[in-house]
Amino acid sequence: MSFPWAQHYEPKHPFMRYMDERLPLPRLVYNAIGGGYPVPRNLNYFWNFGVLAGLALVLQILTGVILAMHYAANQAVAFGSIEHIMRDVNWGWMLRYMHANGASFFFIVVYIHIFRGLYYGSYKAPREMVWLLGIVIFLLMMATAFMGYVLPWGQMSFWGAKVITSLFGAIPVVGESIQVWLLGGYAPDNAALNRFFSLHYLLPFVIAGVVILKIWALHIPGSSNPTGVEVKSPQDTVPFHPYFTAKDGFGVGIFLLLYVVMVFFAPNYLGHPDNYIEANPLSTPALIVPEWYFWPFYAMLRAFTVDFILPAKLWGVLAMFSAILLLFFLTWIDRSPVRSTNYRPLYKPFFWVLVLDVLVLGYCGGSHAEEPYLMISQIATMYYFAHFLIILPIVSAIERPKPLPNSISESVLHGEEKESAPLGAGGVLPGTQPQPAE
Amino acid sequence: MVRIIGFFVGLGFCLVLAIAFFTGAYNHITNPPAETAEKEFHLHPKPLALESNGPFGKYDRAQLQRGFQVFKEVCSACHSLKYVAFRDLRDLGYSEAEVKAIADQWVIQQPSVNPDTGEPSTRKSLPADRFPAPFANEVAARAANNNAVPPDLSLMAKARENGPAYIHSLLTGYRDQPAELLKKFPATKTPEGLHYNPYFPNLNLAMPPPLVSDGQVTYADGTKATVDQMSTDVSAFLAWTAEPKLERRHAIGVAAFVFLLVFSVLTYMAYQNIWASKKRELANA
Repeated sequence: MSFPWAQHYEPKHPFMRYMDERLPLPRLVYNAIGGGYPVPRNLNYFWNFGVLAGLALVLQILTGVILAMHYAANQAVAFGSIEHIMRDVNWGWMLRYMHANGASFFFIVVYIHIFRGLYYGSYKAPREMVWLLGIVIFLLMMATAFMGYVLPWGQMSFWGAKVITSLFGAIPVVGESIQVWLLGGYAPDNAALNRFFSLHYLLPFVIAGVVILKIWALHIPGSSNPTGVEVKSPQDTVPFHPYFTAKDGFGVGIFLLLYVVMVFFAPNYLGHPDNYIEANPLSTPALIVPEWYFWPFYAMLRAFTVDFILPAKLWGVLAMFSAILLLFFLTWIDRSPVRSTNYRPLYKPFFWVLVLDVLVLGYCGGSHAEEPYLMISQIATMYYFAHFLIILPIVSAIERPKPLPNSISESVLHGEEKESAPLGAGGVLPGTQPQPAE
Repeated sequence: MVRIIGFFVGLGFCLVLAIAFFTGAYNHITNPPAETAEKEFHLHPKPLALESNGPFGKYDRAQLQRGFQVFKEVCSACHSLKYVAFRDLRDLGYSEAEVKAIADQWVIQQPSVNPDTGEPSTRKSLPADRFPAPFANEVAARAANNNAVPPDLSLMAKARENGPAYIHSLLTGYRDQPAELLKKFPATKTPEGLHYNPYFPNLNLAMPPPLVSDGQVTYADGTKATVDQMSTDVSAFLAWTAEPKLERRHAIGVAAFVFLLVFSVLTYMAYQNIWASKKRELANA
């Protein structure tokens, strides 16, 4: 697919030949995640997270489909149906804890995946489409997770839905109508719960569709790598299978190990106790917070506390959406041709400040909206926007990057990537000659 | 173009945030937030060691039975337990006949209809029934409890931070309002009909102290029923009502963990093995 020396699919068994001539599905798989996909030999463990995100999506869909068989999306019985799942449905408690913690693990994996992309410049040409589709998936995930959290119809479900949908009310003139239209009423109730359930079931399949587009787009230029130097020769690559299926297998083991620890030994650690209280529109919780994976954005929303030309709430909403939307433009903001931050001495410290900044924002977003958390989140939000919109363009213009290795295999020979396979065999297996691409 | 627009957008956000920051800081310095009694006198729950804590934790059946007895004789007068069924008591070690007897003799009956007239009536509970609520509806609950609704207890241990410890601390935490609190915040004197309890978030609780004297419950197993003992037992019982599948969860968790540990070791070895040929080739090159 991507490189001329990619191995060709050659079915041996007569049945596979028969299939290949009629429905070449095995060929598609072989070329996508099998021996037919040459991958840079120097990928480190951060390249495991794409596969892990795919695994998390599959886990969510499998557990979710079964949970939907027992869940009832009706205001009067939704909370009780969750308890029915937890108490009476065979393995219901396990499925629900897997689903709830699965969402958290999906976000952990995707956040690491995004920061990997930021560090190694995966958003730069020729992989812009891969990055853009990734941001689309991220937005879809956020919508799905938000609506999923409403379904148990606990206190935090209800009040979270109320706060988040009221954000649309901040839009001038049409805001209130949009909010009422989204909720099907003036406050979250049965109409909102029903449509959220419908969309919560739909969107994961939309995500799956975008994932297919993303993998397709990825296979045109092939995977990026820690040096950021493009693949130049067969020596730079190894076939995805068995080399990276083996490495991903180990990654999957570690991922599942951590997942199991949370699901079975601390299943409610990442949730909020208030969501075990049934929704009550007449009783406002002392602290309304969304799930932890929204905390950085929630902190940005609350950081805007003064009306300046526009109302504070509208500033908050604009900032919160801009914080994600600006990621779409990253390719055009960062003008440095060097992909990997390893070779960008000036940018590197700013990257790590950004990581710390987002963690600080997350902490503030989960705390009460009071001092000192407001002041801290104001500074941190300032840095977030300054990092992408002011620092990044300037740094990328004035920076003098370190010399890049001539090729991936050269960098491997010099031991620049300890984890990678040293040069010697590459994508060319004994007895096979480089052949033209299909 | 994108960079220029982005630059000004970024500058705009930073400017508004800077204004917000300095306004907030100025207000914070000139007008520091008032100290509140809740902040100063609220206590976090005392640690509570239960058999069910930890990754290998199991419920202490005898303790759960004692806790159930406290619930039955004290809590159930006001609190419902609507997600738990009598049949679930089998998990506590009661036999089928005992569960049947408990359901049959439960003081509050199940709402029903008279089979002859269709009039609303009540009937005795069966093992398949959930625990009947002590009040017919919220209005009745409020009327009987000084306008406060006693919350359902099924999920209480999960609906509060550090639930079982919170319940234990709350039940044993009633006391007179400290003099220094009244001196510092005279306006926060506990109102008539409420009860001071530093473990409750706003310090004043509508529920009167439910466990007041040793021996309030006569335990069937002969354990000495101190207030602390009764409170610990009922906290353990409510931990069970909130998470009845905990033992199953722990057991399967340990098995899954061990399985995945072996899986990870094997996949790591496979990974090293597959890549080893690449490394040998380098040595020979």
